[in-house]
Amino acid sequence: MTARTAHRALLPGFGLTLGITVGYLSLIVLLPLAALTIKVGGVGWTAFWDIAASPRMLSAFRVSLGTAVAAALLNLVFGLAVAWVLVRYEFPGKRFVDALVDLPFALPTAVAGIALTALYAPNGWIGGLLAPLGIKVVFTPLGIAVALAFIGLPFVVRTVQPVLQDLEAEQEEAATVLGAARVQCLARVILPAILPALTTGFALALARGLGEYGSVIFIAGNLPGVSEIVPLLIMIKLEQFDYVGASVIATAMLGVSFLLLLAINLLQRWMRARHDR
Amino acid sequence: MTAELLSGPLAAAPPAARPAFGEPPAVRRLLIGVALAYLGVFLLLPLVAVFTQALAGGVGAYIEALTEPDAAAAMRLTLLTAAVAVPLNVAFGLAASWCIARFEFPGKSLLVTLIDLPFSVSPVISGMVFVLLFGAQGLLGPWLREHDVQIVFALPGILLATIFVTFPFVARELIPLMQEQGAEEEEAAVSLGASGWRTFWHVTLPKVRWGLLYGVLLCNARAMGEFGAVSVVSGHIRGETNTMPLHVEILYNEYNMVAAFAVASLLASLALVTLAAKTVLEWRCAGELAAKAGH
Repeated sequence: MTARTAHRALLPGFGLTLGITVGYLSLIVLLPLAALTIKVGGVGWTAFWDIAASPRMLSAFRVSLGTAVAAALLNLVFGLAVAWVLVRYEFPGKRFVDALVDLPFALPTAVAGIALTALYAPNGWIGGLLAPLGIKVVFTPLGIAVALAFIGLPFVVRTVQPVLQDLEAEQEEAATVLGAARVQCLARVILPAILPALTTGFALALARGLGEYGSVIFIAGNLPGVSEIVPLLIMIKLEQFDYVGASVIATAMLGVSFLLLLAINLLQRWMRARHDR
Repeated sequence: MTAELLSGPLAAAPPAARPAFGEPPAVRRLLIGVALAYLGVFLLLPLVAVFTQALAGGVGAYIEALTEPDAAAAMRLTLLTAAVAVPLNVAFGLAASWCIARFEFPGKSLLVTLIDLPFSVSPVISGMVFVLLFGAQGLLGPWLREHDVQIVFALPGILLATIFVTFPFVARELIPLMQEQGAEEEEAAVSLGASGWRTFWHVTLPKVRWGLLYGVLLCNARAMGEFGAVSVVSGHIRGETNTMPLHVEILYNEYNMVAAFAVASLLASLALVTLAAKTVLEWRCAGELAAKAGH
């Protein structure tokens, strides 16, 4: 740290670059977000509560939260499997598979949305197989979960992968040599080490899922009370020029995601403390 | 219904967490199979579906859908948006990484957190804040109308929303890279009498070029593909304020599937090029970092 402080004297451009950074940040990000605060600030508690706790809003929250949690859980399991396979095993086409994991980051959400809808529609490749079993995906919460599973996968894989990579095989070998059964080794050595990363991946996927719009609206069908998500509700309010309503919903949504992330952060800290002990 | 679907795949998963060595080959193969099947169904199949649907009406219909005037206008607008948003965010990213990675100052970690903010905001909210600011009933709406300036439902709004959502990409790539590289070489250049600009152009920029390119790639992919935020501010005026992703939506809602998937296939190709370039850069950067560590 002391060496770092010395740079201030040596290198030029601190004032200029900090000025550009703070100025641009304020103009593009902070000022617009302040507009949201100002809009909501003039609402008052009872009016805020009336909009935020309206039946349509609550059911949209249930749908958004339920599908985002389901998708994040699915990715927790399969994301771990993918990360494990990519780190520990060799198989043909591994590099291609590794690159493919980032597809949801690179593919525009609207493209993902219409592609998934075409696949899972009753006449689609996957929907056609599920329809005889009585499983309907498109225009149901299940469809929303499918879209969010697509969007969230890389978050879990990319947070767990480096931790698995760094996990020293010696620890595991020692545990095995000392007579620990594989299951024990898994539960006592590997799982505690990757649990914080798994939680982070879960949280990131969940947060992204709550706010996701483009990939969801096509497959959701947007039936009020059934498959209507919170971001869509904001969109509807905006189209009706109800800026106050939209701001209230947006603020409530930001609040919920903030609380979720805070809870997960605390959980993570607790797990780390336990692991280090 | 969700629970029913989940119970099948979940039941197959527990072997996922076994240590690798001494693991029976059968378990290995099973795990690889499960992982590949999941990726195949959730990632590869949608990608294949885009191209299959796009070509469902034959090559003629495909080309026609892409050369139609509204599609061409959407492509131009998307290219223009990226051409404005990416350079601005590159300039910002370079400035931000210089002051954050090279200097200590109070409030630095707050600044880093704020730079990441656009990533944690829903795209719809990212677009909405500009409507609240510049829309007809927005805070600055009356003033803008008086001066006959249109921001929302016009090009400036699309640009602003795109810049907002792609804001952190370059800075996020450069800050850790420059922190890791350290400032010794820049300090040497400056103490030998090089000016700040010269040091930046001849020492810093060559050192971070691959990381910078990586950030530009991701920033560009998002700028061209952004849907939610742009959808809020665009006003969906065909041939005027429609970007490619919005054009896909309009065509899709008109049940013009071949055209919708044709335009979508261009965006999917962009994603594939981005992924390929990203993979190449990752190999390259890894090599460079290894060479550095060897010194």
